Amino acid sequence: MDIALKVWRQKNSQTPGKMVDYKLSDISPDMSFLEMFDVLNEDLSHKGEEPVAFDHDCREGICGSCSMYINGRPHGPQTGTTTCQLHMRSFNDGDTIVVEPWRARAFPVLKDLIVDRDAFDRIVQAGGYVSVNTGSAPDANEILIPREVADEAMDAAQCIGCGACVAACKNASAMLFVAAKVSHLAVLPQGQAEHQLRAERMVAQMDAEGFGACSFTGACSVECPKSISLDHIARLNREYLGAKLASNNV
Amino acid sequence: MLDVLEEKETGMKLESKVPEGPLAEKWAKHKFNLKLVNPANKRKYEVIVVGTGLAGASAAAALAELGYNVKAFCFQDSPRRAHSIAAQGGINAAKNYQNDGDSVFRLFYDTIKGGDYRAREGNVHRLAEVSVSIIDQCVAQGVPFAREYGGALANRSFGGSQVSRTFYARGQTGQQLLLGAYSALSRQVANGKVKLYPRTEMLDLVIEGGKARGIITRNLVTGKIESHSAHAVLLCTGGYGNVFYLSTNAMGSNVTAAWRAHKKGALMANPCFTQIHPTCIPVKGNYQSKLTLMSESLRNDGRVWVPKTKEIAEKVRKGEIKAKDIKEEDRDYFLERRYPSFGNLVPRDVASRNAKTVCDEGRGVAPTGLAVYLDFADAIKRDGRKVIEAKYGNLFEMYEKIVDDDPYETPMKIYPAVHYTMGGLWVDYNLMTNVPGLYALGEANFSDHGANRLGASALMQGLADGYFVIPYTLGDYLATIGPADKIAVTHPVFKEAEQKVQDTIARMLAIKGEKTAEEFHRQLGHIMWEYCGMARNAEGLKKAKKMIQELKKEFWSNLRVTGTDLELNPALEQASRVADFIELGELMVDDALNRNESCGGHFREEYSTEDGEAKRDDENYTYVAAWEYKGPGQPEKLHKEELKFETVKLTQRSYK
Repeated sequence: MDIALKVWRQKNSQTPGKMVDYKLSDISPDMSFLEMFDVLNEDLSHKGEEPVAFDHDCREGICGSCSMYINGRPHGPQTGTTTCQLHMRSFNDGDTIVVEPWRARAFPVLKDLIVDRDAFDRIVQAGGYVSVNTGSAPDANEILIPREVADEAMDAAQCIGCGACVAACKNASAMLFVAAKVSHLAVLPQGQAEHQLRAERMVAQMDAEGFGACSFTGACSVECPKSISLDHIARLNREYLGAKLASNNV
Repeated sequence: MLDVLEEKETGMKLESKVPEGPLAEKWAKHKFNLKLVNPANKRKYEVIVVGTGLAGASAAAALAELGYNVKAFCFQDSPRRAHSIAAQGGINAAKNYQNDGDSVFRLFYDTIKGGDYRAREGNVHRLAEVSVSIIDQCVAQGVPFAREYGGALANRSFGGSQVSRTFYARGQTGQQLLLGAYSALSRQVANGKVKLYPRTEMLDLVIEGGKARGIITRNLVTGKIESHSAHAVLLCTGGYGNVFYLSTNAMGSNVTAAWRAHKKGALMANPCFTQIHPTCIPVKGNYQSKLTLMSESLRNDGRVWVPKTKEIAEKVRKGEIKAKDIKEEDRDYFLERRYPSFGNLVPRDVASRNAKTVCDEGRGVAPTGLAVYLDFADAIKRDGRKVIEAKYGNLFEMYEKIVDDDPYETPMKIYPAVHYTMGGLWVDYNLMTNVPGLYALGEANFSDHGANRLGASALMQGLADGYFVIPYTLGDYLATIGPADKIAVTHPVFKEAEQKVQDTIARMLAIKGEKTAEEFHRQLGHIMWEYCGMARNAEGLKKAKKMIQELKKEFWSNLRVTGTDLELNPALEQASRVADFIELGELMVDDALNRNESCGGHFREEYSTEDGEAKRDDENYTYVAAWEYKGPGQPEKLHKEELKFETVKLTQRSYK
């Protein structure tokens, strides 16, 4: 396949960036999207130019590192797929592909396609956990959890923290990310003790980081590589409203 | 006599520190004998944890909960992305919830036997003991393990065992366990007890007065070289499978922290013990950057086979016929045939070697000749598609995305790939290396899996070390040295180390040669896979050693790194890691050459039984080979820790 690329190049967070054109030939349809970038980068290195910097690690769709905005969609055209699991067979010979980093105020660009997602870590630090010290747990089967409940928790818990939801949202809201964690712990008995405080704190941190408000368009869920459902946002809203009515902790 | 002489010469004696006494009482007794740090004094200590996977995140969280001040480092942009996240199948624990005959002793026994009797009894028994607490802890954190309808935890079976003791969260167990540990870690960040350093890579270990004092790091965003001092340093930096270039490891997984510690005096143990996982998606093209694992749990329901004859296989390879066109009597379910009692659930090393054998016989089914079938047709017929979908849906989906083939309709094609490294930094029973104050946890150490790790045991070991071992053993060291025994980062020894790191980086940037680190890495991978992979022999290993030495020479004269040091520069990060992989590769070859026997993942063709099974040499090789770095270009010095078996009897492993 012959592919034309338009890639966002930006030296660092202080320097303005721009789109740069590249051409690649002999791309195999069986290559992953990132392997296509490997080919580009080897080319550039041999020409003495700097390769395109992009985040990637496990390349099996689970670490959440990769974060390319491809032809106007986070992680590209396929649903339920991370950039690393996207293959060139999803494109046609002769296509022009536009690749940008996530765009959000809370995710500043560090270089080329790499953004700073520390804001997500800080949101989790605000309350995305069950406060249980090591060694103080009861026997695991003392907490019986119906299968449907465990499944519901797992559906939410599989968020990989990539930030596609933010990139997809016209308001750059982190609602789906926050909802996934709040919902995961809210449905489980282990998360009950702190469920109100958790919702309040995580939402407050999300706002403080500069993520936008949720206007419930659903783009986040459509683009989420783990297809996390909007139901979790509904649950977050209930948790948050309930918490606000019941307490004034945050 | 020889040992005594050796001791005199090097001033080094390898003491495992496994306590005396009955196996089942060792850990309890040891815990009681370890010194404690007074709760009010814990805040006076600082601990560095490098790596935030299962071992690192759990250790950092558990130590911070106790009151120590922890600095946690990872090269990823967030601790949640460490490669433990990618583990699929599950985590073992001797809960015996299934009432099928499991016990702490059975888990211990399976693990020792699975490791082909090259692990320490004491360590492995402790691992089995604490396994039950891990599950309790993770459930309390909210890890959504699979459940039965009544609400109790579900289990499945895994290779190398005949009981059902593996806990799982769909095919994403590693992810859920890591997110549990990450949440505990995040809680301690919020409490102010852990300071996080993401996108920061350890580039050297600082030793002063014979003790580990801190580390030198590079900030991967700004390129700044920095010093960090502490009372103790914990390396939880994972394995070195990427020495083979293609592996199931993440792209960033590397040996640098462990290797630089090795060059500062920490011994590297059994580096040739590497695990080749039998069920991975086969290599397709030379652009391939990594291999993807298909969980071992698939072998519970999938049947492994190849065509009975070369001729039929040839037709498959040419695309003339498909798997479903091959009649039942023309199929060879080779694992079921050779190992009737374990069948498709033989341990990984056995399954991998057998796949290689049938492919070497010309019966492979991919165009490259390097693949066997993993077939679910019978399971789908027996249980229905729905049941199979519930168990493996996400794995099947992943397979289809990568290969563009539907495993519900046509059998999967799989081939072994490098997956895990049993070798690692030598540690004693306290997880301390031979350098006082330097610890190694999880895959980074060598201690629990012998020559072959059983499925679902890596997650168990990472969390055992982090949650339930180091919180006890570290206290003993800290109480012994006292809070004042720490040096500041202004100490000349830190400045010297910083300078050396900077010089090495400058040297790499100054070469301005023709080949990228990627090309060197790929070349190294070819050498390692060809000569130090699934089957090894003396001749090949000697050849490999020469090739690696030449590659190293070329690396330092013909490397091309674009960009500069004071910026975010992935090419530089890669070059620095590949430099260490090349050196490690040579040591692995030396270790493989030294071990004149076949055991677990280490298969020397010269040492096999008539029917092609591994032949151990217990008389001469029941020891841990721990290597000491002796300077650039010098051969490393071998130290031996004899393995004493007080409880189990060494037998030829049989899964027939």
